[in-house]
Amino acid sequence: MTGGVAQRREAGTRPRSRRGRGLHAPPWAHGEPLIWIAGGALLLALAMILGLVALVVVQGVGTFWPRPIVELTSLDGTAYLGEVVDEETYRPDASVLEELEPEFVPKVRAYLEANAGITRRRLLRTENFEFTGSHFEWVPEFLVQRERQPEWAVVVERYNESRLYGYPRRLLVRGKVTARQPVDIWRQVQQHLPAVHARRSEARRLERHELGRLSRELEAQRLAVRQAELTHAADSSFVRQQQARWLATQQAVQAATAELRRQIDALDRRNAELVLELATTSGEPARVPLGEVVRAYAPNRLSWGQKVGLYLGRWYEFLTDDPRQVNSEGGVFPAIFGTLVMTVVMSAAVAPFGVAAALYLREYARAGWLVSCVRIAINNLAGVPSIVFGVFGLGFFCYFVGGQVDQWFFEARLPSPTFGTGGVLWASLTLALLTLPVVIVAAEEALAAVPNSMREGSYACGASKWQTLVRIVLPRAMPGIMTGMILAMSRGAGEVAPLMLVGAVKLAQDLPVDGVFPYLHLERSFMHLGFHIYDLGFQSQNSQAAKPLVFTTTLLLMTLILCLNLTAIWVRARLRRRFQAGHF
Amino acid sequence: MATPHITGPQSQPPSPELRPGGSDARPSLADARAEGAHPPHAQRVRRHPVITGRLQAIARGEVVPTETHPALAGEEAVLEIDHFSLWYGSKQALFDICLRIPRGKVTALIGPSGCGKSTLLRSVNRLNDLIHGVRQAGDMRLNGDSIYDRSVDVIELRKRMGMVFQKSNPFPMSIFENVVYPLRIDGVRDRQLLAEVCERSLRGAALWDEVKDRLHENALELSGGQQQRLCIARAIAAEPEVLLMDEPCSALDPLATGKIEDLMRELRGNYSVLIVTHNMQQASRTADYTAFMYLGQVIEYGPTTDIFTKPFVKDTEDYVTGRFG
Repeated sequence: MTGGVAQRREAGTRPRSRRGRGLHAPPWAHGEPLIWIAGGALLLALAMILGLVALVVVQGVGTFWPRPIVELTSLDGTAYLGEVVDEETYRPDASVLEELEPEFVPKVRAYLEANAGITRRRLLRTENFEFTGSHFEWVPEFLVQRERQPEWAVVVERYNESRLYGYPRRLLVRGKVTARQPVDIWRQVQQHLPAVHARRSEARRLERHELGRLSRELEAQRLAVRQAELTHAADSSFVRQQQARWLATQQAVQAATAELRRQIDALDRRNAELVLELATTSGEPARVPLGEVVRAYAPNRLSWGQKVGLYLGRWYEFLTDDPRQVNSEGGVFPAIFGTLVMTVVMSAAVAPFGVAAALYLREYARAGWLVSCVRIAINNLAGVPSIVFGVFGLGFFCYFVGGQVDQWFFEARLPSPTFGTGGVLWASLTLALLTLPVVIVAAEEALAAVPNSMREGSYACGASKWQTLVRIVLPRAMPGIMTGMILAMSRGAGEVAPLMLVGAVKLAQDLPVDGVFPYLHLERSFMHLGFHIYDLGFQSQNSQAAKPLVFTTTLLLMTLILCLNLTAIWVRARLRRRFQAGHF
Repeated sequence: MATPHITGPQSQPPSPELRPGGSDARPSLADARAEGAHPPHAQRVRRHPVITGRLQAIARGEVVPTETHPALAGEEAVLEIDHFSLWYGSKQALFDICLRIPRGKVTALIGPSGCGKSTLLRSVNRLNDLIHGVRQAGDMRLNGDSIYDRSVDVIELRKRMGMVFQKSNPFPMSIFENVVYPLRIDGVRDRQLLAEVCERSLRGAALWDEVKDRLHENALELSGGQQQRLCIARAIAAEPEVLLMDEPCSALDPLATGKIEDLMRELRGNYSVLIVTHNMQQASRTADYTAFMYLGQVIEYGPTTDIFTKPFVKDTEDYVTGRFG
């Protein structure tokens, strides 16, 4: 070939060889189109992911910002007071005109004709559900006669009912009016509120902790009687002794309960003495005991700094408090906590099983058709719909295993189940099963990536197989196994469908971890952020109010998973520095 | 191979008085036949080499005898390889190998790629057992104890040997833990003893001065040459009866190679070393004895100087002078 080139050079032809990327080469020989295609695909994927994240962030971050209140007066004099939450242009059909009072028809028709039949409408969060029977109101532009942002329009968020929008009218203390001017009323409300909140939280603490303690005592005694009946003859002295003790406890608890009730009532009564009266746009005055007020503010009067304070305060409440108002107000702390506990228990369950299975498959099992079948089965397991895992978890863990556990250890509590129903433990184990394939596959890859020279070096030192695995192979594979754990955690923490069957609930009374012995209550049902999102978005009566919270909760779930992942990535980086660094 | 041969018996025929005992160090086998089939060098005045045609015989599928130099008869053997053959599945890799590895000396295995040097080395500590489908015939004896007997505990057997691999393989742990790993797996907990062994081994591997202040740092942060010396330290930590080295310098630069070769010369006497090398200069610099292997058979085995300057077999000469391989 060199000879040929030399000849051509002598003959004065092109000295370059015929190979190369000349103009006549086909486009795929250049490679550039492929780069563009690959880059474009990546860009598309990035755009979709970033778009989704941006949507969630933009929608979720704004939820708690106090928006101004507007008052819209329609042509017939009806006033709407509330926050504008949505806005759209639409083309009203002819029926709009038919529903109007005849006197307004020409005006509206003229308006519509001037705008080519298109108009704007705004969605107002008007609330005052007990008077109006609705939470939101669409107000078309052509009906608006007057629009203003009244200075003294206030929002009152309540514990047990939905919000109120109105104007402060009077403040009553023990039935006597102490203020009539909005300024005075507001000053006095702000003065009273801290003390009112303190009394309320004390009353709730008494209810929750003290009364709870009493009822636990009583329940323990009842269980002791039941246990005695199960183990001894019905008329034995031991059973009678236990029954007598139960009776004594009952009396003591009744007395203590009455005393506690008295205290709680006293606190509640003092809170009920302070009543805020609001004028509403529908005419009726709304009376709110201050004890019911979570927070009250006049958005149109707030300075920017006050708005920021309110915003942060609401975030704080969201992150640390229990939910109120069928989850559409208040916080999601139980859901955050439940998600965390479940993810941690799931990781603790899936890691040893997954790694052990991978170890056997990779290090012990002799390659053959059986191992191939097992591997295929594992990969197929990853494709099973998650709801199927939920059904399996319900049938196997909750009913079968949990039922047996109840039979053996909690017989006295039957027929009410302890472990024989959905709970954190069973949910975690179900998800562990769900994420097992991910961990096994990743761990197997990690084990395969450990250079054979490491193993041989260890064997040559006289190490047994087990010593080699534990001291050399596993530490070296740990970063790769951590990668699998990160994937599994992300998958598990974001999974909802199986949880609905095995223990996630709309509202959990108690956290899975608390100060009551034995502190970790894995049998309890729990709240979960993913399930909470589903519940807010699709099960809420007031779905329009819950919509922004769906985004906020999604944002929170994503942040939580991000934090879990970052922790795992940090651990992995540390491991990698320790086990895989090197110059060669 | 285009490299010109620098040294070789045929370029400067050595005088007989420089080679004492050369005349009676001749194997009786096949002299006449070999002498006859030797046309290119026939007219030269020289006695070595005289045996030819071994490579052709192997290519024909014959098993040829090993030409063992008589100088080896005086050495006490630490490792005896006794009619050892090995198969990977149905493919035979080693053919009836008989070698006596002398005590306290460095013995090199040389030969072209794929000739079975590494396989033979790995058979000594039975690392080939880990490979599926390997079977052996014959036996080896380490200080008289059978290696391939059924009753042998492989793990206990490996504890009596040390091995250094082609690519340094420090474990993912501290320098200290790397060196005392053989003791750790025996369950030694005595800190004093571990520290002593660590220092002695690192000094033995000429690494102590470089790492004594950072024994508890990650071994993977050492340079390539240091890593390989660390592996040597690990291999000698448990006082092995024989030290196996599988091309220990092939992944190192000349400076690091020089250090390791110095180290091997120092180890001589205290340790019996069996080393596989591709590098003929390295074999000539470091080894007391050299065995030349070809396609699973040992062609010739003798003192290194003899193998490189006056081999019995023509094919050995061709190989060490770079005429093939």
